Amino acid sequence: MVLTVLLIIRLHNLFAIVMLSGIFSLLAATFFVVVDGVDVAFTEAAVGAGISTVLMLGALMLCGRTEKIPDRKTVLPLLVAVVTGAALVYGTLDMPYYGDPEAPIHQHVAPRYINDSLAETSVPNMVTAVLASYRGYDTLGEVAVIFTAGIGVLVLLSRIKLGRRKEDEDAA
Amino acid sequence: MMFAAATAALCVAMLLALVRALLGPTLFDRVLAVNSFGTKTVLMIAMLGFLTDRPDFTDIALLYALINFVGTLAVLKFFRYGSFARPGGRAQQGEGE
Repeated sequence: MVLTVLLIIRLHNLFAIVMLSGIFSLLAATFFVVVDGVDVAFTEAAVGAGISTVLMLGALMLCGRTEKIPDRKTVLPLLVAVVTGAALVYGTLDMPYYGDPEAPIHQHVAPRYINDSLAETSVPNMVTAVLASYRGYDTLGEVAVIFTAGIGVLVLLSRIKLGRRKEDEDAA
Repeated sequence: MMFAAATAALCVAMLLALVRALLGPTLFDRVLAVNSFGTKTVLMIAMLGFLTDRPDFTDIALLYALINFVGTLAVLKFFRYGSFARPGGRAQQGEGE
């Protein structure tokens, strides 16, 4: 991964850079699978390697294929990136070890979900209780997002169909 | 042991694909390199599933294969026609409306 990023920085052919960023996304997805974030990995592969590569190619069509050499050296962005990265690494030092049962996420609310969810929500399935009752508003928002996406797809599909009908009428 | 060896071989193959994406003289070399890299990712995820005794990762790997296929097709179509609409179809006419 580090090698890929270094290559992206060094190269000047923008098309190669777009392809390498796709490869980087695939590598990142593999990495997420290794640390058990399968859903995150899947999103990374679909958005990073799929959609964003295509969007970058669209941008490439508009602005040409080679990079313009900047007039002056830019030190400040590098500094900001290094400082932010250092802060993030520093933040991970406090985190509990991976899969540690003493981690706060397993001590804070999980015992209450396990012990009291039946009495509080009278939903027999624990996962359903968390999703539909404790995180009800969150789930409502997610459902709204998915519903909107579905409506969007339906509208696009119906437009294609309408267009075809119009072409048929024109031909006739 | 066998899976570990296969994973190591996959790593080497991924490196080779990366080199091709980097050197690739033509555009299609690079597209092909990304495509084969995606295939290697699919295999890698399946291998990791077997290495960690979770064969259900194979399903996820299959989904990656689908994404990879559609993505490569999209990129190639983009280069052939300059847009994702059908060639010579409604999109060009639609812009005149």
